Amino acid sequence: MSMFDGFRFRRTSSPVHELDPRVKFLYVCIVFAIAVLFNQLLPLLVLFIIQVPFVVVARVQKEWVRSMKGSALFATFIFVTNWLSFYFYGGYESLSWLFERSLAMTLRFIVLIESFSIFFLTTSPDHLGLALEQSGIPYEFCFAFTTAIRFVPVLAEEAQTIMDAQKARGLELEKGNFINRIKNYVPILIPLIVSAIRRSLELAEAMESRAWGAISKRTNLYVLKMKRGDYFLIMISIAILVFAIYVWLYIPVPYMADLLSL
Amino acid sequence: MIEVNDVYYVYPNGVQALKGASLTVNDGEFIALMGQNGAGKTTLVKHFNGLLKPNKGEVLIDGVNTKDVSVATLARKVGLVFQNPDHQFFCETVEKEVSFALKNFGFEEGTIEKRVNWALNLLDLTQYRDASPFMLSGGERKRVALASILAWDPQIVILDEPTIGQDHAQKERLRQFIVQLNAQGKTVIIVTHDIEFVAECKPRIILMADGRIVAEGETNKVLTDPELVNHASLVLPEVARIFISLRDFNLPKDVVDIYDASKVLLERLGKTK
Repeated sequence: MSMFDGFRFRRTSSPVHELDPRVKFLYVCIVFAIAVLFNQLLPLLVLFIIQVPFVVVARVQKEWVRSMKGSALFATFIFVTNWLSFYFYGGYESLSWLFERSLAMTLRFIVLIESFSIFFLTTSPDHLGLALEQSGIPYEFCFAFTTAIRFVPVLAEEAQTIMDAQKARGLELEKGNFINRIKNYVPILIPLIVSAIRRSLELAEAMESRAWGAISKRTNLYVLKMKRGDYFLIMISIAILVFAIYVWLYIPVPYMADLLSL
Repeated sequence: MIEVNDVYYVYPNGVQALKGASLTVNDGEFIALMGQNGAGKTTLVKHFNGLLKPNKGEVLIDGVNTKDVSVATLARKVGLVFQNPDHQFFCETVEKEVSFALKNFGFEEGTIEKRVNWALNLLDLTQYRDASPFMLSGGERKRVALASILAWDPQIVILDEPTIGQDHAQKERLRQFIVQLNAQGKTVIIVTHDIEFVAECKPRIILMADGRIVAEGETNKVLTDPELVNHASLVLPEVARIFISLRDFNLPKDVVDIYDASKVLLERLGKTK
């Protein structure tokens, strides 16, 4: 669960928290695009490093490190599979080349995790809902989305209780071979799903009895407004994107190994 | 025998639920663990079958440290019935639900069948054998949950909030059932804040507040002490309140249930007649 902790919003205030979620999302998309554009180590390393100030300004270092740690296992997996596939099918050149290519692919994954982690760590579900709503998405969908996010901790707690209840009846989750271990989770998943469905029906009734959806045109108490910092981030993001595309089109990116040996 | 020695427990989210709880429960005892929400009652009983292990201190079940054995091993001896039966149902029929634990413990087919019949009969559920546990009423679901624990005949039975969502008739049946279980030599522990229910059961009471055990003793002593009861954020049983307000009439103050009350009052009225 530690990996998910690196994405869970915590209520603090910082310049990054106050940014418009739509702008932050644009920034995440641009980072995503650039990360996919390049498959060399150098630009991905730059992309990784330029995001670190965000983490520091937002004061979410601890959670961010946790998301990085949580993704370590999967990152290792990516490194190993890339290593093997480059070695066998990718036209093997040299060991340093192999290492650099595999590392670049791993870093691409880490950069994506990094930017999404910053986004979710600093954006409250309420703001996210507002952003969706003001982007013209129907309120029903926005509401479903934010409710889903908000119920994740509730469900996690419930899953723990269910696990305890079944363990108290002698269920051993870690027992048996691979197939049996998966089967062991059936007594946990069924009660969890049943109670989630029950809960959603109850929630729907409770909301309808409080006149949810009575007015088709909703207004909001808080309205997202772009501020100076938001425009600034938009400009930086677009500048980085333009620069990245320019480099991608016209400048051959050198290998780190060549740079280091110079 | 359950021995709890100076147990501390902190949940992963940082909530300190137990702050030095110590307690001994002898074989065949009947105990009610009481206190307000968040006092640490459920946390404490989850230590009895090893679901939680103390951060500091130790819990011994018949001399065995809970840290040294698996939950499944302890569960064989300590049956814990959870508060909400919906947190455990997953089978199509009541029969399968009750036999789930027996299969986990590796009982033989023949034994499983016998035990399931016995447990269903014990809790008056035989007619629901092939019904889906999800379709039963709240009270029936609670009984199925209880049957699914009693089926393997654990020596210690713990019931977490057994009276929640039960009507009065069901509560009375539950009370008789618990007393009967205890009379058969089982150690019974109920976790509850239903003070009227406890007053009629007359167990040994353990009061908890803020992660510690603040008082223990006989029902008549603990539940008639306004200060103690207040400290655990509970309210005195109605009968006790009546007798406290009648204290000027030289009536005993340690009366908590209707049966004792009527006996005392009849005696007094008989005398003055």
